Amino acid sequence: MAQVVAVTMTVNGVKSTHHPEPRTLLVHYLREKLGLTGTHVGCDTSQCGSCTVHVDGMAIKSCTMFAVQAEGANVTTIEGMGEIGHLHALQTGFWEEHGLQCGFCTPGMIMSSADLLSHNPNPSESEIRHALEGNFCRCTGYHNIVKAVQNAAHSMAQSAMAQAADD
Amino acid sequence: MTEKFFGKAVKRVEDPRFITGAGNYTDDIVLHNMTYAAMVRSPYAHAKINSIDASAALALPGVLAVLTGKDLVAAGINPIPPGWLLPDLKISAHHAIQPDKVTHVGNIVAAVIAETRAIAEDAAALVDVDYEMLPAVALGSTALAEGAPQVHELAPGNVAFKWEIGDSAAVDAEFAHAFKTVEVKLRNQRLVPNAIEPRSSLADYKRAGDEYTLYTTSQNPHIHRVMLGAFIMGIPEHKLRIVSPDVGGGFGSKIFQYPEEVIVLFASKKLNRPVKWTATRSESFVSDAQGRDHETVAEMCVDADHKVLALRVKTIANLGAYLTTFAPAVPTYLYGTLMNGTYKWKAIHCHVTGTYTNTVGVDAYRGAGRPEATYVLERIMSRMALELGVDPLEFRRKNFIQPDEFPYQTPVALQYDSGNYEPAMDKAMAMLDYAGLRAKQAEGRKNGKYIGIGVSTYLEACGLAPSALVGSLGAQAGQWESALVRVSATGKVEVLTGSHSHGQGHETAFAQVVADELQIPMEDVSIVHGDTARLPHGWGTYGSRSAPVGLSAIKMASDKINDKAKKIAAHLLEASVDDIVHEDGKYQVKGVPEKSKSFFDIALMAHLAHNYPADLEPGLEATHFYDPKNFVYPFGTHLAVVEVDANTGHIQLIRYVCVDDCGPIINPLIVEGQVHGGVAQGMGQALLENTVYDDNGQLTSGSYLEYTMPRADNMVQLEIGHTVTPSPHNPLGVKGIGEAGTISSTAAIANAVIDALEPFGVKHLDMPYTPEKVWRAISASLPQAADD
Repeated sequence: MAQVVAVTMTVNGVKSTHHPEPRTLLVHYLREKLGLTGTHVGCDTSQCGSCTVHVDGMAIKSCTMFAVQAEGANVTTIEGMGEIGHLHALQTGFWEEHGLQCGFCTPGMIMSSADLLSHNPNPSESEIRHALEGNFCRCTGYHNIVKAVQNAAHSMAQSAMAQAADD
Repeated sequence: MTEKFFGKAVKRVEDPRFITGAGNYTDDIVLHNMTYAAMVRSPYAHAKINSIDASAALALPGVLAVLTGKDLVAAGINPIPPGWLLPDLKISAHHAIQPDKVTHVGNIVAAVIAETRAIAEDAAALVDVDYEMLPAVALGSTALAEGAPQVHELAPGNVAFKWEIGDSAAVDAEFAHAFKTVEVKLRNQRLVPNAIEPRSSLADYKRAGDEYTLYTTSQNPHIHRVMLGAFIMGIPEHKLRIVSPDVGGGFGSKIFQYPEEVIVLFASKKLNRPVKWTATRSESFVSDAQGRDHETVAEMCVDADHKVLALRVKTIANLGAYLTTFAPAVPTYLYGTLMNGTYKWKAIHCHVTGTYTNTVGVDAYRGAGRPEATYVLERIMSRMALELGVDPLEFRRKNFIQPDEFPYQTPVALQYDSGNYEPAMDKAMAMLDYAGLRAKQAEGRKNGKYIGIGVSTYLEACGLAPSALVGSLGAQAGQWESALVRVSATGKVEVLTGSHSHGQGHETAFAQVVADELQIPMEDVSIVHGDTARLPHGWGTYGSRSAPVGLSAIKMASDKINDKAKKIAAHLLEASVDDIVHEDGKYQVKGVPEKSKSFFDIALMAHLAHNYPADLEPGLEATHFYDPKNFVYPFGTHLAVVEVDANTGHIQLIRYVCVDDCGPIINPLIVEGQVHGGVAQGMGQALLENTVYDDNGQLTSGSYLEYTMPRADNMVQLEIGHTVTPSPHNPLGVKGIGEAGTISSTAAIANAVIDALEPFGVKHLDMPYTPEKVWRAISASLPQAADD
């Protein structure tokens, strides 16, 4: 049998331990050990960004990282962003602006966009386009993806203002 | 009044699963006791297989089997046939696993099945294949040259077919008295479709019942069932279920019958376990059917009034090593027939030579033949305008077919049933402020700012039909579509369609139409596709056929539901069926709205049949098979604006205006999304993408590191408009929009680039317009700097 190692990480708030081969990529760990198939594999050269997740708050391409490197980390995948009834502003933005067609790149797009908005809450169109250079979409021409991110930035700013007014 | 959904920008009903990570793509499916396949692929473009030694692979713990071509041949598995035939077509045998010889890099020579994906891949690397290399050829024109390496013995000179359309003598006669002629030589480079979801197939053979299920990334599961069952594997169709669940983009590349699907089905029966294969992107580059790859010489002529006279086109179409499913149709009936465009030609002749080369097969890629035709036609129209010194839009306007001339018989077989080209052009010009921008362009040139404006006043033919016609042209398929509308006892509606959605939003747009037809809420309608066990036979989605053909079938099946509902209502209301009207969500007696039955009442009674017409069958479901009378003919005007940095050769798209006419629009969100994506793919061809084989047939652009995909910062926000000219022959008047963006945009952007380079005397460059290519062209035009 192939050698395995114990890996413990917290994914979407749930801590668990599994025993992958050391060479297992984080994306395969998430998809196959945890059944989190919302994170997709679109290439093998770290170009397409379909596998983007957050590790300790930062967007990374999970095909470029071994699962063992995420030992002890906090990982967020698309499944942890929100669910129907409690969607993240980006999920709502992509839905409202028709920012997806086949949906395959969408989880990665949302995770990369969330990273952008976390350090630049009001990005210009050009900043959005630049920030998403590492995520390929073949369906939308990026047109509505840009609008989706703008939509989310706007609604997040509004809820932040409402929050501030409440405080 | 019940709510009307046709024309509304309804948010897509499929999105909740995709934005939460709950999509169900083939590679997401896990079955009990599942195994994994990995392919051993040829690293050579052309070689004889002397021997295969799988002993090291088989010795690896976890390896279950290594299959070779000889195993499949011995089991009676047939080669994969093409699905379209032409006269005197030379058909190469395309085996799922090659038994004797490989003819392109990526050709499968063995398949390993193992307990895990990693073990399968490790073992694939251990399969030792002894190859005897043969000379290879990669370019179509090189393959036709005297003494070129022969790809297949059965196709001497590498000619798969020669095909022509139009009247050559009539063309010659027009050229003989022409006022002006121009010639262009064009290379329409090869593209890789690159759906972001790699292909994946999972076969599950069950000994109980001797039944197979194949989950696969397909745009048309029924075509796979026919090809796999009847032609390749000898599985009776009722024992073979094909499921194509969520599919992550197709663009044509998931139409075709691929070797891996044969292999996993075969292996699943052999091992009596489920077998999954999922492509790596590197495999996609050497195994997904590719697109375009034409070398063309075109000539046109005009009279002294600048009216177009004749067009002569000669094309070499590189088909790759095998004829994939629709390969023979794409550079012929989907290409030569489109050469007329929106103009009034006296004569056209188009000749195509299809060639075999040692490359991946070439087949339909978004637009399929029509972008290639549009590129030829719109480039040569702009070139003629340049040579005549006239505005390229006004030159086109002068030559448009006029609205009162429909139906219009072209010299290349198609008969256009409707069209009105000037309003789309006028609208696009107004949106762009064409005159103002031309003035700005002239001013900019004085200051070293080089913008270019390009146009394409395209036409396309989609919703291929009718079946008898396509059959007479060589299709081994029908081109009708089926729909089954099934109403439950509680009035919930399931619509089963032979069309397939892999991003197009059918679950939404089709439900909008059904909800309108049955006057019920949209949430009471679900659209089901992609499962041969649930649907009547269908032909799938490609060629922008889903709305004009698939949805027409749904509309007509819905009409049958309403007809039956009226009979039930008439019985319940003790009225004549002729007096029943369907209004406000109710079936009611005309003029007596209080005498009415709801859709729920009717559905329930249809199922209970307690108080029911004696001559009517219980139940409420209807099937319709719709075979259209003609193609539909979308058209429009696209205007692209680019800026060239003369110092670096970098081209930036700065504006893009398009006015498309796809008939009545069901959902503007979805239609505009189709245009956005289509234009981006066309832009990709014009500015970025190229599939490069070296002289030995090695693919040197085999990953995203070398193949330049369009990214967010290559695109601008598009400016979109519409005109509405309904199709006269389908019940909703709708026309396809899935490919129009790609068909038109490549030519519009190419024309913009050449227009921008006009001050440098550049009259033509082949795509893609990379900075290096553009910089070299600019540099070549400049006087050499004198030594100081």
